[in-house]
Amino acid sequence: MDAMWFSVAMTIVAASTPLLLAALGELVVEKAGVLNLGLEGMMLVGAVTGFAVTFATGAALVGIVAAMLAAVAASMIFAFLTLTLASNQVATGLALTIFGVGISSMIGEGFVGKTIPVLGPVFPEALAGHPFLRLLFGHSPLVYVSLVMTAVVAWFLTRSRAGLILRAVGENDASAHSIGYSVIGVRYAAVAFGGAMAGLAGCFYSMVQTPMWAEELTAGRGWIALALVVFSAWKPWRLLLGAYLFGTVMTLELQAKAAGVGIFAPEFLAALPYLATILVLALISSRRSVGAAAPACLGRPFKPAT
Amino acid sequence: MLIELEKRKEPSKAMVYLTPLIAVGLTMVVGALIFSALGYEGARAAWAMFVAPLVDPGKWEDLGLKAAPLVMIAVGLSIGFRANVWNIGAEGQYVVGGLAGTGVALATWHLDGGWWVLPLMCLAGAVAGAAYAAIPAILRTRLNVSEILSSLMLTYVAIQLLYWLMNGPWKDPEGFNFPQSRLFQDFQTLPFISGVGYLNVPLSLVIALAVWFVMARTTFGFQIRTVGAAPQAARYGGFSQERTVWWSLVIGGALAGLAGIFEAAGPFGQMVPQFPTGYGFTAIIVAFLGRLHPIGIVILGGLVLAVTYVGGESAQATLGLPSSATGVFQAMLLFFLLATDILITHRLKWRRSAEGSA
Repeated sequence: MDAMWFSVAMTIVAASTPLLLAALGELVVEKAGVLNLGLEGMMLVGAVTGFAVTFATGAALVGIVAAMLAAVAASMIFAFLTLTLASNQVATGLALTIFGVGISSMIGEGFVGKTIPVLGPVFPEALAGHPFLRLLFGHSPLVYVSLVMTAVVAWFLTRSRAGLILRAVGENDASAHSIGYSVIGVRYAAVAFGGAMAGLAGCFYSMVQTPMWAEELTAGRGWIALALVVFSAWKPWRLLLGAYLFGTVMTLELQAKAAGVGIFAPEFLAALPYLATILVLALISSRRSVGAAAPACLGRPFKPAT
Repeated sequence: MLIELEKRKEPSKAMVYLTPLIAVGLTMVVGALIFSALGYEGARAAWAMFVAPLVDPGKWEDLGLKAAPLVMIAVGLSIGFRANVWNIGAEGQYVVGGLAGTGVALATWHLDGGWWVLPLMCLAGAVAGAAYAAIPAILRTRLNVSEILSSLMLTYVAIQLLYWLMNGPWKDPEGFNFPQSRLFQDFQTLPFISGVGYLNVPLSLVIALAVWFVMARTTFGFQIRTVGAAPQAARYGGFSQERTVWWSLVIGGALAGLAGIFEAAGPFGQMVPQFPTGYGFTAIIVAFLGRLHPIGIVILGGLVLAVTYVGGESAQATLGLPSSATGVFQAMLLFFLLATDILITHRLKWRRSAEGSA
């Protein structure tokens, strides 16, 4: 019985980590005043690149770096259109998602059903394989990266000078511009960071969770990550909480399916994370404090008055 | 030499109509290069994807069948997009509309006929689509939930509902256990007009014209356009933001739902798990390519995207292009369209490098 609870806990961590990674990136992007709805697309680009490069080279680390670079490249299409050419952010983000879905299934076509070795735990087997200690030491490196990044992003946004500038750009772009900061430059950097994190999240799906390629394997998780950013009221530590809450819901869905709980149809369980997202958004968004927490310039193109 | 953007004194009217064509041209050229780099016959692929079906009269009926649902959904979405209401869950409303109509079809399946059955199916589809879109509308107006996220989440829910109905309650009892509904009876399917397609093809044109009339000639259309273009002015004018959210979501949902039951009662002739084909998402591209204008949506958006679908299918057979290539071309088209939009307000200026700055 105990062993089962431990494995459930391990699954929760695995389900939560990619949500956390992707949402942390998007949080920084939105703090800079940019709404990138292309999260799902960038994750898919990262997922397929990580898989393909690891398959070709046999080196997981090379795969991860390639996944991040590919997702950053995808995010730069978005950045160029929305920041340099001031296109509509909603439409451009959607285009990026449609693009990511298409390009990933095209590149991945030759890889369907192929497998790569799982990106396993970092710690030695004595710790990682221990029945209880594995809860602390038995995870893939990306899990620790996601936790460290939560702290880093929290520190960056509240304690660092660069973070202050980034928030200024997101709250009042005109003022930030007038005192000499490059609004567009800061936003490019933020979007690139969002891309890199989405790439990491994507390769978590294709290299850690199911080291086998399947089309659209992110299954809308990018959209849930977007919702999590709203849930967190743009606060990194609340984001961590939200990601693990959703990871738990998803894990319970899988466990219920595996146990064959008769009361609910499997389709209902599959719909559960999406219903939960709507419910949580409804509970959270109605409170005035959340509306006030949104960066003031979110989604608005910046056109300096020259 | 550098290219520089210079702000026009007035937005260019010509560019409003030209940029969609420029975007198609750029997509063909860049697409050809990319697909050549990937080892396909790039130029032929671009031709097959954007031109071939247009010059082959044998494909025109297919074009109409693909364009009809895209136009109907896109025309509905464009109303909201104009007012900054982002319904991106049309795919879900399309599925729910198809399901509601199928429900009516299955309930009346044992009848000998009846002229009223098909209209009732269509009504059920439109009402169900509207009701499903009303959920994001309530959430947005009452609880301030972004309609972007809620409408998209509901799409995933709708698809699971479809799977559940196909695997359980609505599975064809004589269907050898395949997860699909009964085939609709003759009186439950849309009439087929030879050389034109199913009845939904002409109907989609009528609907686009009706929406054009409402948007261009009525106070309601004026309100929607004002709320989108000048929210401050709209508030002073007493136009309610809430009502705009409601109407644009509900009309968009109704049209997507109607498109859904038209597909089920037309080309599909039954309900199947493969029913969601992404029309709801592609319609977003259609709406933008048509400049959020009903007539533009028919002529430019619907037709061009229908060509990519039909062309993509034949390119799979003749050039060995993967099926996902169609989506890649479609997304590139939207990228280029959004990029060239800048030409409406700016002009390109060639400039020698290292000359004085502005």
